[in-house]
Amino acid sequence: MGVRRRAGLFVLQVNPILCDGFGHCGELAPELVKMDEWGYPIIKTEPTAFADAGAYESARYAERGCPRQALRIHRLTDK
Amino acid sequence: MHEHTLPRLMHAAGSRPLTLAQHEEVFATTQRAAMQLSELDASGLTGRGGAAFPTARKARLIREQRGHNKFVVVNAMEGEPASHKDRTLLSTHPHLVLDGAEHLASIVGAKNIAVCVARDEATVVNHVERAIHERSRRSLRGPKLELHTPPWRYVAGEESALVHWLDDNESLPQYRPTRPHILRIGHAPVLVDNVETCANVGLIGRYGAAWFRGLGTVESPGSTLVSVTGAVERPTVLEVALGTPLRVILESANADPDPQALLLGGYGGSWLAASHLDLNYCNEDLARASASTGAGVIVVLPRSACGIVETLRVVRWMANESARQCGPCAFGLPAIAEDLNHLAHPSRDPMSAYKRLEERLGEIDGHGACRHPDGVVRFVRSALATFAQDFSAHAHASACAGSRANVHYASVPHLEREEELVWE
Repeated sequence: MGVRRRAGLFVLQVNPILCDGFGHCGELAPELVKMDEWGYPIIKTEPTAFADAGAYESARYAERGCPRQALRIHRLTDK
Repeated sequence: MHEHTLPRLMHAAGSRPLTLAQHEEVFATTQRAAMQLSELDASGLTGRGGAAFPTARKARLIREQRGHNKFVVVNAMEGEPASHKDRTLLSTHPHLVLDGAEHLASIVGAKNIAVCVARDEATVVNHVERAIHERSRRSLRGPKLELHTPPWRYVAGEESALVHWLDDNESLPQYRPTRPHILRIGHAPVLVDNVETCANVGLIGRYGAAWFRGLGTVESPGSTLVSVTGAVERPTVLEVALGTPLRVILESANADPDPQALLLGGYGGSWLAASHLDLNYCNEDLARASASTGAGVIVVLPRSACGIVETLRVVRWMANESARQCGPCAFGLPAIAEDLNHLAHPSRDPMSAYKRLEERLGEIDGHGACRHPDGVVRFVRSALATFAQDFSAHAHASACAGSRANVHYASVPHLEREEELVWE
């Protein structure tokens, strides 16, 4: 799946307006996404390292697998 | 008008709006140079619409943007049902507001000024229309002034919803993942400022930053308008210097001298217990009780009332005012209102409603596109802290006498049915 970026941190972001609560992200990235009682995602807000290959891979699955394309992997610029 | 006294914004306010000629006479000045951003910066003015963001910083952000056709939007939507300051200001000093908007336009380089008044406010719309007409006869130069009348909704006054309406005729909030986010109409950057903020800019343009700092505290200089409602003789809009003790404000509004609590900021604001009444009315002091001045709303709650019922009424209305774009807001707020209803009128197992409520607040906080759900969560959390004793009594199924009374203090418009809500 393309080039792995090893450095830096990312967070998964959801556009809550687009999100319709299909719930695919919770299945594809259980380590990053929990579901609230109405089926909308509650995403881990602490940044994750790209080096965490398992988390990054599932984040990419979630991003690609969202039927509403509401998810985005946001790369944090270093500060 | 050069002394450091009140009233400033409400100077020479009558029952009719000042005409342009009267306005020039009342706010006479020798200073005729264009206003500089540094002047605004030195004044330390913060936004009066609720967020208290430094106006100069916002203006600088828009000024640095490229664009030929920038907009200044004067936000007079006044979504808070308990707030009356914006329409009061526009019904007395419309030209002061427009002065400020023109100063802001010259600072950021905007060619258009859009004044947005809710279309339900027919009188205010008239006043603004007339003021704009007077100006158009006076000069042909300067930015183009336009009046816009979006539908009145609580979230329609949120800046991204307002810009969305101007851009696309839908008063729905937009998703803004990165902050600061530049709002745009077409490609043109937009500066959105509250009516009262603009009026203050108008005064700073006339009398300067040093004069402006003559009232208020170091961190929040100047004066502000507060709308006092609830247990008062009559609802009033007062102008107070920031940093005035809360008791003094209550006294001059002829409010209940021994209230149970105050609702501060607005319906996305917070309750303040009576034990904090010695605080001063400015953000740095109120922050100690995790409250803020917000949109200048003060609702006085007397001891006879039930804080939970008042909270319920507000939350139920706020839930209905959700734009229903985001799941956590569309489903979460009615769920919170339902839990509060179980607590306010305890029937079956109020304790589990109490526990569920606390869980749900955490699930909703920060999960909407705009700050509407966050405001409700903050409001309910402050109610949980302020009325902790009442909540535990209600949770043990012993409701207070106030919850059965039919007198209410936080004014809430009637609930509209979902299909009747107008967004465009």
